[in-house]
Amino acid sequence: MVVQALIDQGVDTVFGYPGGAVLPIYDEIFQQNSIKHVLVRHEQGAVHMAEGYARSTGKPGVVLVTSGPGATNAVTGLTDALLDSIPLVVLTGQVPTFMIGSDAFQEADTVGITRPCTKHNWLVKDTEKLSATIHEGFHVAKTGRPGPVLIDIPKDVQFASAEYQPMQKVSTSHYQPVIKGDPKMIEQLVEAIENAARPVFYTGGGVINSGPAASQLLREMVEATGFPITSTLMGLGAYPASGKAWLGMLGMHGLYEANMAMHGCDLMINIGARFDDRITGRLDAFSPNSKKAHIDIDPSSINKVIKTDIPIVGDVAYVLEDVLNLWKARGRKVNRDGLAKWWKQIEEWRAVDCLKFKQEGAVIKPQYALQRLEELTKGKDRYICTEVGQHQMWAAQYMGFEDPNRWMTSGGLGTMGYGFPASIGVQMAHPESLVINVAGEASWLMNMQELGTAMQYHLPVKQFILNNERLGMVRQWQQLLHGERYSSSWSESLPDFVKLAEAFGAKGIQCSDPADLDDAIMEMINYDGPVVFDCLVEKHENCFPMIPSGEPHNKMLLGDAKATNAIAGKGAVLV
Amino acid sequence: MSPLKIKKGSSKHSAYNLRPTFSDVQERHTLAVLVENEPGVLARVIGLFSGRGYNIESLTVAEVDHKGHLSRITIVTTGTPQVIEQIKAQLTRIVPVHEVHDLTVEGAFVERELALIKVAGKGDDRVEALRLADVFRAHVVDSTLESFVFQLTGTPDKIDAFADLMRPLGLVEIARTGVAALSRGT
Ligand SMILES: Cc1ncc(C[n+]2csc(CCOP(=O)(O)OP(=O)(O)O)c2C)c(N)n1
Ligand SMILES: [Mg+2]
Repeated sequence: MVVQALIDQGVDTVFGYPGGAVLPIYDEIFQQNSIKHVLVRHEQGAVHMAEGYARSTGKPGVVLVTSGPGATNAVTGLTDALLDSIPLVVLTGQVPTFMIGSDAFQEADTVGITRPCTKHNWLVKDTEKLSATIHEGFHVAKTGRPGPVLIDIPKDVQFASAEYQPMQKVSTSHYQPVIKGDPKMIEQLVEAIENAARPVFYTGGGVINSGPAASQLLREMVEATGFPITSTLMGLGAYPASGKAWLGMLGMHGLYEANMAMHGCDLMINIGARFDDRITGRLDAFSPNSKKAHIDIDPSSINKVIKTDIPIVGDVAYVLEDVLNLWKARGRKVNRDGLAKWWKQIEEWRAVDCLKFKQEGAVIKPQYALQRLEELTKGKDRYICTEVGQHQMWAAQYMGFEDPNRWMTSGGLGTMGYGFPASIGVQMAHPESLVINVAGEASWLMNMQELGTAMQYHLPVKQFILNNERLGMVRQWQQLLHGERYSSSWSESLPDFVKLAEAFGAKGIQCSDPADLDDAIMEMINYDGPVVFDCLVEKHENCFPMIPSGEPHNKMLLGDAKATNAIAGKGAVLV
Repeated sequence: MSPLKIKKGSSKHSAYNLRPTFSDVQERHTLAVLVENEPGVLARVIGLFSGRGYNIESLTVAEVDHKGHLSRITIVTTGTPQVIEQIKAQLTRIVPVHEVHDLTVEGAFVERELALIKVAGKGDDRVEALRLADVFRAHVVDSTLESFVFQLTGTPDKIDAFADLMRPLGLVEIARTGVAALSRGT
C-alpha cells in the first residue's frame, strides 16, 4: 500500500535504511521494480540526499527509516529542510499501536520530537487512512511554502490490509495557500517600479521553489526594467551570474556592490527572500531610505523583522506575471535618468573589486582553487553542492550559477555534513551530470560514511575538499572576535584522504602546488567514479568581504582590513 | 460565513490589513482559532507559542463541531502589534488550523470565564464572604460549616477582583476555566 501510494505520487527514488519497524515496507519494496531504493550509511545522510534530490529536480524527496534511532537520526535533516523550505516526505516506522507509550524497544515519540522540525506530521493509527495520509503528505510538502513532512507508521498498521485510496479520490485538504497576489498591492508595486531612482531586486530561494517559470519571469523583468539584482545564498541561479544586471550575492559575506546597493537604494523589491539576519545585519540601520516591497507565499515572512511598505502574499511566478503584465500595459515606464546615475554609482562600487586576491607563492589560496574549478567546469552540465564554512562562502562568491536548481547548500541551518550526501542525491537524479561538492575537511568528515553509498550505486560524485586543517570559519571568528584565542578550531588527526578514498574503492587525489591544480582538477572531472580531492590550501585565509555582526551594510570589512578584534561591543553576542 | 457562524477572519490576508506595527505598546488580544480536532493539534499551537517566545495569558480548548471534527481554541495573548500579527500569521501556517480570528480587532465581542473559589472561615469573615458573593452574583455550589465553594462567571477582571476580596477572608483555592469569547451580533 505504501509503495503503491509512492508510485502514484510519481516517486522513482527512496533514500532509506531498514530496521525492525519498517520491515513490512521493505518487503513490499523488494517485490517491485518501479521504485529504486538507495541504501544509505546513516539516516542523516538519507535526508540530505533527499534534499539534494528535491532541490535539483523540484520534486519532493522521499526517505524511509525505522523507528527510534532511525527517526532521531533524521532530525537534523528535517530541520535543515524546514529552514530551507525543501519538500520532503519522510516515512518512519513505529512500534505497533498497542505498544505505543510502553517504552518499547526502539520506541521514540517521533511525532513529538519532529513536530517543531516538520511542516506537518502524522501518526497513522489505522490502515484505512494510510494511503490517504501519504497523498495528503505530498500535497502539504509541495503546496505553499514547501517543507518536510513526516508520516509515522506503526508496524501493525503496515501489516494490516485495507482498501487503497487512489490519489484522485483523496480530498485535498483545506490546506490551500493563497497564490495570486492582491491586485491593489501589485498596482502599488508597479507604480513604485515606474518612479524609483535607485531600485534593486533582492531575490531568494522562493524564486527557485516557485519553479522554472518564476526564474524565467524574473529574468524578463530584470532585462526589461534594467534594474540591478542581487540574491541571497539560497537564490543563486534564479538570475544568471553572467547577466549584466547581476551584482552578486548579498549579505554577511556578500559582494560590496550588492550590499552597498541594498543600503543605498530607494526601492527594494524582495522576491521570495525573508530578511534573514545574515542578510540584514543591524536592523535599525538596514537600508534606511528605501521603500520595501516583499513578495512571499508565506504571510508570516512579511513584517516578521523588517517593516514592509508593499506586502504581496502569493506565489512568486503568479505575482511576477501580474506585475510584468500591468507594468507593460501601463507603458513600460522607468525613471531613466535616475537609473543611469544609479548604475554609475554601482559601477564605482564594483570598481572596488571586493573579491580580488593574490595567488602567489607555493601554497594554493582557496579562492584560487575555486576560481580554477569554476573556469574548468563552467558551461558544463554541472551541479554544485557545499558543506558549511569558509569554503561555502567562497564557492558562493567565486562560482557562477546560470540556472536555478544547480546550487545546493545548507543556508538556514548551516549544517556541516550536508554537502556530501546532498551531492549523492543530486547525482541519483542526474546520473549523467557533473556533480561537485565543495567541502571543508571538517564538514566532509561529518558524513564521510556515505562514500560507501556513492560506491555502491556507481555515483561519480566529486568531493572537492578545501583542506585548511582548520575549522576555518570558527577560526576566523576567533580571530575577529576572541583575541586570536583559537580554542578547538584545529582539525587534528586528519585522515589521509587519498588512502581513505582508496579504502572505499574510490579515487583519491591530493594537490598542494598551484602549478598542478588545473591538471589535478581535470583528472578529477575525467575520472568515471567518485573522487575525493584533497586540495591543501592556505590555512589562515579569511573570508571577505564581511559585515561584522551588529553592523549595517555600509560597514563592511574588505580583504585588506585589519582583522583582529574587528567585532566588538554589542555585535559580540550575535552569531 | 463559516459553518460555525463566526465571521470570516482576515487571517489569510493578515499581511494586508496591517495595523501600525513596530510600536512598543503591549496589547492584549483575544484570538479564536478554529482547528481540525486531531491528536497533537493543541501541542502544535502551544509549541508555537513556547518555541517562538510568545505569551499565553489564557488558553481554552473544546470541540465545538462534532460532525465537522472542529475544535475552537481561545487564546488570550499579549505583545506588541508586530508580535500579535506574527502570532496570527504563524497560527495560520499550522496545517490543521482552519481559521484564525482576532476578536480584539474584528469588532465588539464578549468574553467570559468561569471560576470555582473555595473560601474557609468562621464568624464575621464567613458572613462577609457570603455578602460579597451576593454582590458579585456568585453561586454557592458547596458548603460546610467552615467553608464555601463559590461559582463565579464573568470577565477575567471581575474574577480577579472577587479573588482579591476573598483573600483576606480565607481564600483557600481557586480553579479557573480560562477565557471563552465570541463576537457580538450576527
Ligand atoms: C553540525 C555543525 N556543527 C558545528 C557548526 C559550526 N561551524 C560552522 S563552520 C565550522 C567549521 C567548518 O570547518 P570546515 O568544514 O573545515 O570548513 P572551513 O570553514 O575550514 O572552510 C563550524 C564548526 C556547524 N555549522 N554545523
Ligand atoms: Mg577547514
